[in-house]
Amino acid sequence: MAEFRMPALGADMDAGTVLEWLVKPGDEVHKGDVIAVIDTEKSAIDVESFFTGTVESLVTGIGQTVPVGTVLATITESAAQRAAPQPPAPQPPGPPAELKVPERPKAAAPRKREKKIVPAEQAHPAVPISPLIRKRAHELGVDLAKVRGSGSGGAVTRADVERAAAERQREVAVKPPSPPVSRIRVSPLARRVAAELGVDLASVTGTGPGGSVREADVRRAVPAGEAAAVPEAAAVPEAAPAPEAAQQPAAAAARSGAERALSMRQAIGRLMARSKREIPHYYVGNTVDMTRSLDWLHERNRELEVSERLVPAVLLLKAAALAARKVPDLNGYWLDDQFSPADAVHLGLVISLRGGGLLTPAIHDAADLPLAELMSRMRDLVIRARAGRLRGSELTDATITVTNLGDQGVESVFGVIYPPQVALAGFGKVTERPVAVGGLIGVRPVVVTTLAADHRASDAMTGARYLTEISDLLQRPEEL
Amino acid sequence: MTPDQAQHAIEEALAQVAPDVDIADLTPDTDLRDGLGLDSLDFLRFVEILSERSGKQIAEDDYPHLATPASAAKFLAGR
Repeated sequence: MAEFRMPALGADMDAGTVLEWLVKPGDEVHKGDVIAVIDTEKSAIDVESFFTGTVESLVTGIGQTVPVGTVLATITESAAQRAAPQPPAPQPPGPPAELKVPERPKAAAPRKREKKIVPAEQAHPAVPISPLIRKRAHELGVDLAKVRGSGSGGAVTRADVERAAAERQREVAVKPPSPPVSRIRVSPLARRVAAELGVDLASVTGTGPGGSVREADVRRAVPAGEAAAVPEAAAVPEAAPAPEAAQQPAAAAARSGAERALSMRQAIGRLMARSKREIPHYYVGNTVDMTRSLDWLHERNRELEVSERLVPAVLLLKAAALAARKVPDLNGYWLDDQFSPADAVHLGLVISLRGGGLLTPAIHDAADLPLAELMSRMRDLVIRARAGRLRGSELTDATITVTNLGDQGVESVFGVIYPPQVALAGFGKVTERPVAVGGLIGVRPVVVTTLAADHRASDAMTGARYLTEISDLLQRPEEL
Repeated sequence: MTPDQAQHAIEEALAQVAPDVDIADLTPDTDLRDGLGLDSLDFLRFVEILSERSGKQIAEDDYPHLATPASAAKFLAGR
């Protein structure tokens, strides 16, 4: 059985609130399916399953705020999935320094996948299990993956399941009690009211059909909700210690605009303060002639419908991604006092939100994407970031970040690195400037490129190589 | 497009691209990119919507005509 845990959606996240479950026990899920909406200090995020299988139970109730690493749901993995290498439980890329964690989690580079050693008998293709047996196993809470079949060809029989259930009972008897399981059905209206009133839905007794929670139940539960201010998750043994999370209200669901703006500033503040405290930044800058790139772009766009046109920022992003691949010392993470290079280029993109604040989702494998694809990914990310529909995986695995302030009218930007990344590239506005070319002064479009990089991981020489690489790439736009 | 239709199309396009902008605050000479803070992607979407609404081909070379609501209305209404 797999445990679906509260993911760290960025280095600045200590805890999250379950806003919505999109699955219920018994539902089939596939790796990558969005199964929950999690509220962080910055935004509501669609979170995907790391596993393929059947949802066994939802452990964390709607409206509950729990620390990163807390079990949210349990999923019985399907046989095919078990034989495949499993992703490790999501780990924060690195604990924020201000958190007094007794033992520093062994933070592997987020992209590294641990190969799980699968016993030979489990690696065999599974013998089909009848729906009836499956149902019985589900009723008894038995993980079929762990049941040894005694039927023909190793098929799992009803007796096997019941024996396993009995064994499990004995195990449970000696283990500490597991946290209460919330399997509550809640009407959408009740859910919204609960969020507004800060009521923990897990503490509400439902009077609707099948014990489902109705709006009236929520309103009745207001005093009870206040009394039970300690998050249930505090009782979960594996929960990572997170003192800050314990101080948060039990149900901090859907934040209001003002609260969101404040928590956004606080989250950015903590992360950036940590960056400046821990990362010795060095900076390099360069001015790049954009004549060839813009001419090429203009020529290309001339033949295209508006919806297919590219903006200059796409060329800059592609160049930044390709250069990161050529200069791998800037693409990766500083973890456990050493640099750990990433094996792909996932380009984090700083997206400013209307109304303040920013998010930095990643475009996966940006160096490999054709320009048109990169353009549509960028448009899609901006739209979803502003609508609060980003996916968890997009917020966790950027390997280098780019900020493009060209549209805001400034010539250059020297950024603050997102830990545990080690570099942040900046692009300013494309402006016309007098430039000397071949002994003559001409007016040409230029852009100032900058790099802020972590001096622990590289030296300014490396940073200079990166910016030179970007400049070279932008002189050959047809190869981007 | 009549000037009225053009004005209407511009306001609708802005409402979609920058929902937080109060159309009432908009003057005919507000610079859409700098004044309203539309970035290049927002602006592209704005052009896209106007092109769909008016049925008019809008080339990159025409972008300067779309700098303000007044100039855009004039452009869409056929100059």
